[in-house]
Parts: sequence; structure tokens; C-alpha cells
Amino acid sequence: MSSQTHGTQHFDKNKRADIKFNAEAMAIVQTIISHYPPEKIKSALLPVLHVAQAEFGGWLSPETMDYVASVLKIKPIEVFEVASFYTMYNLVPVGKCVIEVCQTSSCWLCGAEDIIKHIEKKLNIKVGETTKDGMFTLKTAECLGSCGTAPMIQVGASFHENLTYEKVDKILDKYKSEGKQRNYTDLDYHNTI
Amino acid sequence: MGKKLLIHNDKVPGIATLEVYRAHGGYASVEKALKTMTPDQVTDEVKKSGLRGRGGAGFPTGLKWSFLAKPEGVPRYLVCNADESEPGTFKDRYLMEVIPHALIEGMITSSYALGAKSSYIYIRGEYFYVARIIETAIKEAYAAGLLGQNILGTNFSHDCYVQVGGGAYICGEETALLESLEGKRGNPRIKPPFPAVAGLWGCPTVVNNVETIAAVCPIVMMGGEEYAKIGIGKSTGTKLISASGHINKPGVYEIELGVPVEEFIYSEEYCGGIRNGKKMKAVVAGGSSVPILPTELILKTAKGEPRLMTYESLADGGFQTGTMLGSGGFIVMDEDTSIVKNLFTFARFYHHESCGQCSPCREGTGWMEKILKKFLNGTANESDVELLWDIQSKIEGKTICPLGEAAAWPVAAAIRHFKNEFLEVAKSKKFVDVSHYNRLNKVTA
Repeated sequence: MSSQTHGTQHFDKNKRADIKFNAEAMAIVQTIISHYPPEKIKSALLPVLHVAQAEFGGWLSPETMDYVASVLKIKPIEVFEVASFYTMYNLVPVGKCVIEVCQTSSCWLCGAEDIIKHIEKKLNIKVGETTKDGMFTLKTAECLGSCGTAPMIQVGASFHENLTYEKVDKILDKYKSEGKQRNYTDLDYHNTI
Repeated sequence: MGKKLLIHNDKVPGIATLEVYRAHGGYASVEKALKTMTPDQVTDEVKKSGLRGRGGAGFPTGLKWSFLAKPEGVPRYLVCNADESEPGTFKDRYLMEVIPHALIEGMITSSYALGAKSSYIYIRGEYFYVARIIETAIKEAYAAGLLGQNILGTNFSHDCYVQVGGGAYICGEETALLESLEGKRGNPRIKPPFPAVAGLWGCPTVVNNVETIAAVCPIVMMGGEEYAKIGIGKSTGTKLISASGHINKPGVYEIELGVPVEEFIYSEEYCGGIRNGKKMKAVVAGGSSVPILPTELILKTAKGEPRLMTYESLADGGFQTGTMLGSGGFIVMDEDTSIVKNLFTFARFYHHESCGQCSPCREGTGWMEKILKKFLNGTANESDVELLWDIQSKIEGKTICPLGEAAAWPVAAAIRHFKNEFLEVAKSKKFVDVSHYNRLNKVTA
């Protein structure tokens, strides 16, 4: 991590008291929970962690995980073992926009490495790092199912496919000009740039 | 033009909506099954159809359904495996994105056959936007009385839910998927018991791929025997193929099983030949885990017969000279591609995705990635080729789930068919990535 940031209005300084779903998020969580038999509430963990990550700064702090445990009435360790297993959960702070570049076979065959180099140069960071202004984190990802539209990047839930350098520039400029945190629950730019 | 049963309406404007989908004959299989057939009759048609699991393993679906335990008073579940993560595979994404109701229809009809009152569609987390599309379709289906209590006025009631994953290839393995659906790490379970006896929350469960479930609808409508007439031998029906790599027309194609591989690659109806006027070097025919084949072996079997897009023809010759249909993830590489580097991307993938439960896989995938990295750094020795071979042979068959095989097979096949390329890199102490040029300038057909 070259710099640390958590860009959200809901959440500051990891204070336990700050971590509580607002009414809207709680309603989403309750809907998720309703999809499972009452005694199987733990099943809601993965989707609820996505909601928590989006609500509390784009990553899962120990305090956030403890809070999710209390909501689902399970032990904190049950949350941590799941959060640490799946790649979509960030256990350290990340930039407002996490750029994930697919690098597996088909994307590599179609120029993913050039895309990675281009973004590294443009943002002046290496894979795994965050820009100084806390706007972008660059990551690589394994096959995201865009093999026929390679190369591609994912930002939040939005896929950007059939990339060229020009397209990448446009996409990054767009996100930067908005300056908003992008989560896996945000879909609005899916293949629109 | 071959027959299409799954995505024949994919270009119809608005086909993602219930209204347009129904106007084009959608949900007819629900009407037919619930109103005129018993659950066992539906299962019988699926058995007669010869439908085989479209996720990769190719296990007969009707047989899998018939294994489902039916103890009194215990709920049964249908779980749809939409955790499509096999590199080179994006057909389920296309189907769900473009015709989401085809999956919902299949879920209802299949659940009726299995006697499942609830079903779950487990979608990989990265397909979050697809999950939204499916959720919208489910809402529409509830509003139209196609889900919920007393569907279409019958005694059958059913609820269907979506769950998104957290990003883990291993959750495409059915028992890992069930663990994940229960809110746990995606560690595959030791079998037996199989999910048909003890699956989701310990209850009898059938886990089927998206395409498999969608294929149940045309089978119910046309009858299993008619469906079985499509295709060749035990490869019945149609299959979605995800075509990618150095071809002119990448995309998802529905083929009648039995299309010659050569036609699939070179005809304008499908891949449209190799990009930029290059020659083809190799093909991975069924997703990253199946053996890679050089041009001469993918177009013709070792016996010199034209290779066909069927389970049997692609497997002809075993792993010595054949491969597998797998998930239908068809990756084509041109003459400039480095097989060593491509294998490295696969090895890195499997190392990243190993769940870590079994040491041969956890450690072996890491060593394979490290050794292949030596080739790319120009520090590999000729003996490293033997070392790679040795490691892959010690993973295969020694793990709880097939990720071990999936990681070992591509390494074995790349060495089997392209050993000289590895030796040359090792000898020259230098890796020149000739495949790495101007890839972003696509020439479209």
C-alpha cells in the first residue's frame, strides 16, 4: 500500500460506534437474510459482507467484521475466515476506485499486459498500489468471464471490455472527475465507456 | 445453420423482459410440466434426452437427478451453479445476461421434477450485474404467478433466490459451492456423502450448471427422444461454446454437438478464422483445465479422422493425443503465441485459486508457478521441464476435488505437445515474448 485511505462519509477512524448499517442498508440486509431458513442465517454472510464493504469505506476493518458478526449472530472468527478466503473482500484500505485488470489466458492473448503497463504509467503506481490522492488502487484479477471481449477491466461491478488505450484513458478520466467510491454494488457504468 | 434451442432469440429486442420472453413462447415448459406431466415424467424425458452436465464434467443429468434422496419431511433443494470461472468460459454469463428468463424457467421446471420447494442460483461475485438482471427477472416471474404459491393455479409452490459469491474459482466445484452458500469458506467436501444425499444444510440437493438447467425447457417441450436426435451418439443436443483468443469473431455460439472443429474455427458462421491472417498454433478446447492440443491434433485425431465438437471425438486418443469438451471454453492461439507464457498464466491462476485444503494442490500449484516464472526470467534449466512434469504427476488424483487435476492437466499437455519450446527457452537462457506484440489492434471480420 503506497497510501491509505477510506473515502466514505459513513465511517471515520475505525471507531466501533460509527459502524452501524443505516436504515437503507439494514433493509437490504434484512431482505438477504429472509432468503434463508431462520436457523440458517449464517448463509447470508457473503452477500452481507458485500453490503458492509460498500457501506464502510470499501474495505472490511476488524471492527466492520465484528459488527457483521453481531448482525448475523455468529462468532467474529466465522466472519474473518470467510472474508480472508474470498478475493473480493478487501482486508486493507483501498482507493475509491479499485481497478481490476483480468490477466488470465484469453485476456493475456489479447494484450492485457499492455493494458496493465499503460495504467501503471498513467497513474504512476504499480500493481497492488494506491495513488497518493487515494483515488485509484490497481489490482490484477484472474479470469472474469470476458474472454470473448478481452482485454477488460472491472471497476466496482462495472465491466469495461474490448479495451484500447484510448478507452482506458476515457474510463479513468471519467472516474477521476467524479471522485466517488465505486463498489461492487455500483453498476451504472457497465460497458457504457 | 445448426439448430438452436437456448439462444435462438438472443437478438430479439427486449427478450430479457418477461413480456417479450413469453410472447416468444417462454415459460411454455412450466405450463406443460406443471399441468400435464408428473414430476417423474419430467425426469424421464431428461433421462431420455441424454443431456449431460454442461458445466464441464459431462455427467448425465437425468441420472444425477435420479440419485436425489427423497426422505419424508426433509426439504430438497435445486442449486444452480452460476459460478462460471473456468478461464475461457463466458457462456453462462451471456445466457443469463441476455435471456435471464430461460434460466428462471428451467429452475421452475427442474424444481418441479425434483420436488424442490426452494432453489438458489449461486452467481460468482464478479458477475454482480448479472445477479441484478436475474433478480429483476425473478421479481417479474413472482408478479406473473410463475414463482411463489400455487404456480399457474397448480398445487406446486416454489421460491427461487439469488446469492452472489465472493470471488473464488473453487466455488464452481459443487460441494465448495454448497459450503459457500452456507456462508463458509469454499473448501470442497469429502465425498461421499454426495449432495444428492446430503447437500445444502445437509438436505438432498441437486447442483446443476446454468446451461444444463436452461436446456431442460426445450427437452420438456420437444420430448427427450426428439432432443436426443440432435447431435451424435452420446453427445446429444446443443451446446454453448465460448470462443476467444486470436479469432476474428470471438463470442458465444450455440452449436449442434457434432460440428467439425475445423468448421467451427474457420467458417464465417462461427469463429471466422484466425485474426490478422496468421496461422493457428494451438487450441484449448474446453476451458483452461483441459489439455491443450497443437493444430494438427485439434483438427484431426491421431487416426486421421476429422475431429468433431462432441464429448467423444474431442477425447479420442485419451490424453496422449486428445482433450475434452469440458465447459466449452474454446481458446484459440495463433502462431506467435508462446505456449510457455500461456501455461504460466494458467499456473498462476490455479495457484491463486487453490483453496489450500490438500497439500499436493496447495504446494504443487505454487511450485509450478514458480518454476514457470524461471522460464520467463531466463533462469530455467533443461531439468526444470522434468521437474514440472514430476510435480504435476504428483498432484493428479491426490486431492479431495478436481482442482488438482485441473491444475496438473494443462502442464502435462503443454509439455507433452510442446516440450521443445520449453527446452529452447531453457537452453537459450532468454525468454523473448514474440506473442507480445500489437495485440490491442484487433482486426474484425
